[in-house]
Amino acid sequence: MTQPIVAVENLRVLFPTRDRKETVKAVDGVSFAVQPGETFGIIGESGSGKSTLGRAVVCLLKPTEGRVLHNGGNPHDLSAAELRRARREYQIVFQDPNAALNPRMTILRSVREPLDIAGTVPSGDRDRVALEMLDRVGIAPEFSTRYPHELSGGQKQRVNIARVLTVRPKLIVCDEVVAALDVSIRAGILNLFADLQREFGLTYLFITHDLGVVSHVSSRIAVMYLGAFMELGAPEALVSRPYHPYTEALMSAEPVPLPSHMRTGQRIVLQGEIPSPTNPPSGCRFRTRCPIAKDLCASKTPDWREMEPGHFAACHFAEPRP
Amino acid sequence: MNGEPLLAVSGLGVHFRMGRQEVQATRDVAFSIQPGERVGIVGESGCGKTVTGLALLGLLPAATSRVEGSAMFEGQNIIGLAPRALRRVRGRKIGMIFQEPMSALDPVFTIGQQIGETIRVHFGATREDARTRAVAALASVGISSPERVHDSYPHQLSGGMRQRAMIAIALVCEPRLLIADEPTTALDVTIQAQIIDLLLDLSSRTGTALLFISHDLGVIAETCTRMITMYAGQVVEDAPVDFALVRPRHPYTSGLLRSLPRLSPRGAALPSISGRVPSLRDMPAGCRFAARCAHAQPGCDAPQIMASAAPDHLVRCARHADLDLPGALTELEKVA
Repeated sequence: MTQPIVAVENLRVLFPTRDRKETVKAVDGVSFAVQPGETFGIIGESGSGKSTLGRAVVCLLKPTEGRVLHNGGNPHDLSAAELRRARREYQIVFQDPNAALNPRMTILRSVREPLDIAGTVPSGDRDRVALEMLDRVGIAPEFSTRYPHELSGGQKQRVNIARVLTVRPKLIVCDEVVAALDVSIRAGILNLFADLQREFGLTYLFITHDLGVVSHVSSRIAVMYLGAFMELGAPEALVSRPYHPYTEALMSAEPVPLPSHMRTGQRIVLQGEIPSPTNPPSGCRFRTRCPIAKDLCASKTPDWREMEPGHFAACHFAEPRP
Repeated sequence: MNGEPLLAVSGLGVHFRMGRQEVQATRDVAFSIQPGERVGIVGESGCGKTVTGLALLGLLPAATSRVEGSAMFEGQNIIGLAPRALRRVRGRKIGMIFQEPMSALDPVFTIGQQIGETIRVHFGATREDARTRAVAALASVGISSPERVHDSYPHQLSGGMRQRAMIAIALVCEPRLLIADEPTTALDVTIQAQIIDLLLDLSSRTGTALLFISHDLGVIAETCTRMITMYAGQVVEDAPVDFALVRPRHPYTSGLLRSLPRLSPRGAALPSISGRVPSLRDMPAGCRFAARCAHAQPGCDAPQIMASAAPDHLVRCARHADLDLPGALTELEKVA
């Protein structure tokens, strides 16, 4: 096995509530490893902890317990100066392309800024490097002197991508990067991510609530619910033969643009809502909405079991299939 | 095809004043809705779908906008109706729900006060009577503790619960038509499934017609029987959902359907629509999609009209008869 580019071990990220009386368990015991060059997808609903997990992976948040390892080393053991250098290789792109760009900076200045901070490229070359990156993501040079409000959402997201690419990262966390974009624009951005991956040998941690998007781009997908993984496997396997009832419900809830006579699958509509992460249910945290929950689910946390090679699930009642 | 439509929109156009200029956001929008029918309007941001809904409800700011055309609802033109007359229709005969229930609900009143207001205004009910009906309305949208929700403020409820409360407010007067503008977009997919089921159930139980505005083709496919595609302020296609999905006649509808990831093998490049929507200030006189269209020809720079491509299937494309455009099915599904 090669050295994982990111290894997450029993990660917990807890936040105090505003009145400091309770603890929000945003990420509550997650382990996985991402191999260089792969796209690891994380799907979950709001409040599942997927964004917190993404931020912890790029050291924007410190683990409360457990570790995040970059190429086998713990970045939190480094000195502040060393960490600043090391984290260049681990970048993140966010959902809202507007909020991520400074409205008072021209596009060129925004894209050049990471280079100014990193100081790896001589200052005379930085504009050229920034313009090359803009060109690479499909932004014509005449846009470089404009301000963010003069660009469309899709163009702004391209600028954000160019911006992280300037420091030559190895891994990019993509946190809902196409959620704010129109369908026709979305396809172009997803294609761009795929091209850049081939060209620069990038690894992606692709976080989204959109099943269509995540199964198109990912080599493996983790299904997250209330701070923990419910299932992990290849996209085809998750879609066609899920082991966890939550995965199954999530897949069936996705509206599909098919004519009525072809929408055969009976939709599983989950009752109720996602419980509060300050006080997740005992045992299996999905049990309060699970259609097959039994007494055992309240008393015992299900083990993370390998149901078939590379396909894991955390459910007492999942049976390995022949 | 059927009897008298419930709503017949024709020549609907919305103009906005921007400084000294006036721009036209939508032009010549025409469609009709039969009683009990569920019609979806699909399109991307800026195509005019929300503005169309707001214009029908008389909710555009009079100081900065101008609406032309007509919308006949139960024999009355509701465009340009005097405020008093409009109030008798809006809320009572036509209900509405919006994308973000938090901004549509008033944060300083309880849910019960907000439903109660609707009932008292339209039916002159007493306070007690209004409470009974409000609690019943909350129960009918699947809220398990309607008494508690009745006395809650919006911020005390989850997003899904707030949207249920919005639907209860919209439906308490048993309107003939419900205009729903992206009602599930802010919700999680498992909660979205609950709300879609609820809307379908209510519409079939009460016979309320639905005008469902969404950018999500999947949601439209699951909720509606007819689909209207809008692009750059115009209706470009109007057909039964199943026809439009399987064999779209407009290149834009086809492009939208083909760009969905489910149709492409994993990792393969997704078909995308290059370019962007023309600016309102600089709208071409001819086909508004021509600059992005793979099938554009010299003739496309002439103004396009809605023409019949098949029975009950209208399209705004001069080339519709020459084109065989792919829809939402994979090659495999087509064979099956």
